[in-house]
Amino acid sequence: MTSLLPILPALLLGLGAMALLIVGVLAKPEPAGFTTWGAIVLLVAAALVSCAAPDTLLFHGLLKTSLFTRFADALVYTAAVAALLLALDYNRKEGIARFEYPILVLLGVLGMVVMISAADLMTLYIGFELQSLALYIAAALARDSVRSTEAGLKYFVLGALASGLLVYGISLVYGFTGTTSFAALAGLLGANIGYGAVIGLVFVIVGLAFKISAAPFHMWTPDVYEGAPTSVTALFGTAPKAAAMALFLSVMTGPFGHLLAQWQMIIEILAIISMALGALAAIGQTNIKRLMAYSSIGHMGYALMGLAAGTEAGIQATLIYVAIYVVMSFGAFACIIAMRRRGQAVEKISDLAGLAAQRPGFAFAMALFMWAMAGIPPLSGFFGKLYVFSAALNAGLVTLVIIGIITSVISAFYYLRVIKVMYFDAGAPDFDAVPASVNFVMAVGAAVTALFILLPAPLITAASAAAKALMG
Amino acid sequence: MIVNLAFYFFSFILLASAVMVVTSRNPVHAVLFLILAFVNAAVLFLLAGAEFLAFILAIVYVGAVAVLFLFVVMMLDVDFAALKEGFQRYAPVGALVALVLFGELFLVVSGWSTLAGAPAARLYPTPDNLTNTAALGNLIYTSYLPLFQLSGMVLLVAMIGAIVLTHRDRKRSLHQKLSAQHARTPEQTLRLVRPELGAGVSVPASEKEAT
Amino acid sequence: MQPALSQYFPILVFVAIAAFMGLAFVFGSKLAARQKPYAEKLSAYECGFDAFGDARRRFDVRFYLVAILFIIFDVEVAFLFPWAVSLAHIGLVGFFSMLGFLGVLTVGFIYEWNKGALDWE
Repeated sequence: MTSLLPILPALLLGLGAMALLIVGVLAKPEPAGFTTWGAIVLLVAAALVSCAAPDTLLFHGLLKTSLFTRFADALVYTAAVAALLLALDYNRKEGIARFEYPILVLLGVLGMVVMISAADLMTLYIGFELQSLALYIAAALARDSVRSTEAGLKYFVLGALASGLLVYGISLVYGFTGTTSFAALAGLLGANIGYGAVIGLVFVIVGLAFKISAAPFHMWTPDVYEGAPTSVTALFGTAPKAAAMALFLSVMTGPFGHLLAQWQMIIEILAIISMALGALAAIGQTNIKRLMAYSSIGHMGYALMGLAAGTEAGIQATLIYVAIYVVMSFGAFACIIAMRRRGQAVEKISDLAGLAAQRPGFAFAMALFMWAMAGIPPLSGFFGKLYVFSAALNAGLVTLVIIGIITSVISAFYYLRVIKVMYFDAGAPDFDAVPASVNFVMAVGAAVTALFILLPAPLITAASAAAKALMG
Repeated sequence: MIVNLAFYFFSFILLASAVMVVTSRNPVHAVLFLILAFVNAAVLFLLAGAEFLAFILAIVYVGAVAVLFLFVVMMLDVDFAALKEGFQRYAPVGALVALVLFGELFLVVSGWSTLAGAPAARLYPTPDNLTNTAALGNLIYTSYLPLFQLSGMVLLVAMIGAIVLTHRDRKRSLHQKLSAQHARTPEQTLRLVRPELGAGVSVPASEKEAT
Repeated sequence: MQPALSQYFPILVFVAIAAFMGLAFVFGSKLAARQKPYAEKLSAYECGFDAFGDARRRFDVRFYLVAILFIIFDVEVAFLFPWAVSLAHIGLVGFFSMLGFLGVLTVGFIYEWNKGALDWE
């Protein structure tokens, strides 16, 4: 039984998704609500089981579980549950309440979990493809909307290119070393490696950078965030980012751990461009979903800073940053989903004008998320930045930290502008009543973001243990 | 000698047809050249000793993917003249990217070396006395069982995706439900009435929709 | 020459003969027959009346659905070949792993059947 425990979450997700698919197609009318709740129950169950799973190496070293994978899994499960709760009401009102959507989310999460637990380049690739494929479909879910299908197509074409680069890189690495296992690669890849393996490493980094939408591989992000239904965007902004970042960490520190000198510079450049682009390109945005897209590019830049440090403290900082980012992000998307006037979803920043007078609670929650994203103390976002900056400083990356501080000051401008529009601009948003599920996600996100300072220990120690498990 | 000759012959056709895929004016011709390219790539796999890959390429790519390409080319009815308009404009950039890629490939191939420990690191060296279909079969279903099952999941997602994105429930024609027709009894459908002369029959509302 | 490759030599010969025949038919007719093309002869022939329109019409998206479902099952079949070849060596684990794989796709098949994706109308 203990041997089955580590793969039980994956079995639950896969078999559960198939069971829901059969129930969904046989029941009349389309039981979208039922499959959504079913998917949420399965995700919670998988999360609980994965917490209880022991550390092992499974299937001749194809998969492994450790404190690190459990930490990342927990993030993904939380984000997916939040995204499904947000989709519950939104999809129905938008007329896209297909019962397949939660099933696709489940299979996507299965791919993410496999990605996180990958201990072999082939497992990594299969997990990567499974989650990407499910997300491409989700992006085009509102198939009668031109913008949604365009988002799906763009994401698919660019994503396929990134997958191609990733698998090409993997093949070069395999050709150089003759193995795909992380453990064997870590032993083999030493100081002097050929061109082929370095180019392979670069291609692998490009593929992963695409998935976390780090600049300059971010081109898809604004259009996909804007075009996809908001409930799907809420998923894009959280779960796949956390999973891909976890994969990034485990790939860079695992098989390529000894090549720090080769990849450190690349990661630094990715971090700098992402932070700068996230800060500057977001200033001119009027659509809040596009704003979130640029904001997520910027946040990924900060998170990469911890990886660029290449130390255990850096990994811990990145994990803390991503965890805090996921919570802020689904909270902010809960607010965006609640922006609905007379049954029509609105997504302009100017639509928020005067919100504070009409709906103080809603406006306060949104303001909290914006403050936190800007990294203003005492909210959680500040601590995320604090940890990555101090990790980078300790690793001697002073330039990186200076650029990070400058870009976070610049980006504070557009986050605070949203608050200014809500509190000081005249207007009457007249938003519809917010459904309970969205309110719940918003409240949880706001509570964690605001009160993190009172109880930071669980997250910090968990991230520290996870980083130790990864590096040690 | 024959192997070398065959290699150069088929790789020449492969490259030529790949060029034709990009340059031919008629998109349907492009797809046909693509099929030719697939077939020649399959032959090259065969020459390299990868029989299984060669036949999979022929079965899956030529048999299925190329057909899908044809469908898409036909279905989209794209105005290819308009599509090619930007070609001249972007050609320099494209050429530059191609040149850089070529330079990289040249570096990779010319400076290629494998690691000293590489042969020893191979988990499953190619067995001598087996065809590679059998060698693959011995591994895929046992050592790589989770990956095999996950590829099943990938196919399932593809199936769901194709249906979610394209299937529409439209009932333009009248469906015949044989089971319902056979299960009908005369009592359900037939009512014998004996109307009085000149009075006619009034049909109850519940029976009207059946007509 | 690798030993396995020599078995393909007859196929190479066969391909060469086929290519020769194909070329011979085309160029033979060029050489032997009289060629007198004119516009009416070269125009599309559709049962004696003028062609209705361009052959390049927009296809129904349902063709695409059928084609993609075909590809999925084609890939599934591709997995069956090595399994069939090495079934004797992979034991019960290998046998049941294929059954699991087929089970997943059967679930997909039940889904598409009940969804009506295979009905034309």
